[in-house]
Amino acid sequence: MQFGKTIAAGLIGALAFAGAATAQDTIKIGVSYPTPTHAWAAGMNWHAEQAEARLEALYPDVDLILINSPDPAAQASALEDLVSIHGIDALVVLPFESEPLTDPVLNVKDSGALITVVDRGLSQPGIEDIYVAGNNPELGRISAQYMMTRLESGDNIVILRGIPTIIDNERFDAFMAEIEGSGINVLDHKHANWNRDDGFEVMQDFLSRFPDIDAVWAQDDDIAIGVVAALEQADRAGDGMFVVGGAGMKETIRGIMDGNELVPVDVLYPPSMIATAMDVTVAAFKSNGPVAGRYILGATLITQENAESFYFPDSPF
Amino acid sequence: MPDMAQTETVARKPKLDLKMYGPAIALVLLCIIGFSLNTAFLSEGNITNLLTRSAFIGIIAVGATFVITAGGIDLSVGSMAAAIAGIMIILMNALVDILGTGVLTVVVGAGCAVLLGALAGLANGLLTTKGKIEAFIVTLGTMGIFRSLVTYFADGGTLSLNFDIRGTYRPVYYDSLIGVPIPVWVFIIVAISGWFLMNRTTFGRYCTAIGSNEHVAQYSAINVNKIKTWTYVIQGLCVALATVIYVPRLGSASSSTGVLWELEAIAAVIIGGTVLKGGYGRIGGTILGALILTTIGNILNFTDLISNYLNGTMQGLIIIIAVWLQRADWGKSKD
Repeated sequence: MQFGKTIAAGLIGALAFAGAATAQDTIKIGVSYPTPTHAWAAGMNWHAEQAEARLEALYPDVDLILINSPDPAAQASALEDLVSIHGIDALVVLPFESEPLTDPVLNVKDSGALITVVDRGLSQPGIEDIYVAGNNPELGRISAQYMMTRLESGDNIVILRGIPTIIDNERFDAFMAEIEGSGINVLDHKHANWNRDDGFEVMQDFLSRFPDIDAVWAQDDDIAIGVVAALEQADRAGDGMFVVGGAGMKETIRGIMDGNELVPVDVLYPPSMIATAMDVTVAAFKSNGPVAGRYILGATLITQENAESFYFPDSPF
Repeated sequence: MPDMAQTETVARKPKLDLKMYGPAIALVLLCIIGFSLNTAFLSEGNITNLLTRSAFIGIIAVGATFVITAGGIDLSVGSMAAAIAGIMIILMNALVDILGTGVLTVVVGAGCAVLLGALAGLANGLLTTKGKIEAFIVTLGTMGIFRSLVTYFADGGTLSLNFDIRGTYRPVYYDSLIGVPIPVWVFIIVAISGWFLMNRTTFGRYCTAIGSNEHVAQYSAINVNKIKTWTYVIQGLCVALATVIYVPRLGSASSSTGVLWELEAIAAVIIGGTVLKGGYGRIGGTILGALILTTIGNILNFTDLISNYLNGTMQGLIIIIAVWLQRADWGKSKD
């Protein structure tokens, strides 16, 4: 499977070079994002490849060039290559980090290309024509609202947070603001670094420390897997206990479709946002309506009713 | 031969010094702090969790004690664990069609893991000795190779063990024998074997001799390359054993598996009193070092007195203090 994918990626690269030599009226769109090193990014890579195949089949004159880079410096070089070698008409970029990539993206803009920024904003406003992103505060709010539908005043929850970053803070602060005044007690919150092993160990310690926990906000599907293993080990997975994760991992969605009571819902932070960005960017050349602007995707609550439309069994995430 | 062994042992010091008991004192102090923060710290459940959790780093650190004592270093262990876990999962999933979901599949998977560990260790060892490349560089290289292999096998995502085998394999992590979890039994057996190998065999003494002075060891007719290569093979075997008990915990491996385990293992070894530049190794200390590291993390989860953002600071401070307790010239007259 991996070999097939490598060959496919190689072919796509070769085709992209071949495309560079053909007719001038091809619309060339560069798509630049970090090399996938974790499951969410691997899902994003998969969705980008799917969108490329779909859009190129739909519009023969559109050529999408996908490049992933292992670090910010490599991404800056990749952006230069997209301009000098491919002469792109538009750029879809998910910046590795905001600061070091602001200038390189600005240079691409100066070449006359349309700029679409995905997920992470640049450190200077007004560079991008189109902005597509998930909604971190909304993820916290939606999770809190679901908790409040299931819990009563005086119930206890614990929170497992991600890696200490602005993303984690936005989610956590919005969650705390939403449950304020509901009477739900947050016993404690610890960082589990969006990681299964850390989720397992932190949850084990919460279980030893607090005899009465009614629900867990794990914020992320990987952490939730560790939490579930710890709950089962301690025989505390029953009695109406539930865990709310986030992101939209396919195994989690599958469980929701099958009616898993321990993880009954998920809150979407979709890796497929790159596909949305590619669609909107192509629409900027093809649509008769205006396209430029900011697209903030909803942090949809995934339940058994709507889970099927978020289930991609072939994606690695 | 036994006579020679006698002459090589270090003369016993007349009084108890912190060098011997520093790690044990540090662990007892940590336990008292943990208990005073929350009495649940010493509950049976938490002690069991602590010991089981220490098993991974502890087993790897026993192997690292040999490598470090013989003057080497292995930075690749965390990545190696991730790669072995990944290959083991792929193999067992593939074997379901042939061997079914029974014990046999698990045994073949575990056997393969041990073989892979030995081979990976052999590669590190031969590149260091025959290839004459510094161990730091060799294992820095293999660290990157193993890490990217697991990312590649997992297609950037997560490899998950077939659900039916998970049922068969799960007891290896979660079940107990005479009230002691199986990973802890493995840890105990590895620790005793390691102690015996280090303190009661010529191999252990050769490791110490090579670590103290490689040239002198060479002139003393010790096959330095062979002994050093073996230390890396032992390290590989320890990593494989740790992986065999790690995989049934969550049944998955990804590029984030085993990140920074190498530094934790090295820290456990040094906290335990082994000298980083080689020549002196203590298996017992390593075990305590691994327990201390796990206990720090456990205690930090038991309290909200300290900001989450300062966890790394607390860990760093305790590691430095634990080593300082042993190294500083406590009450010794200046030579």
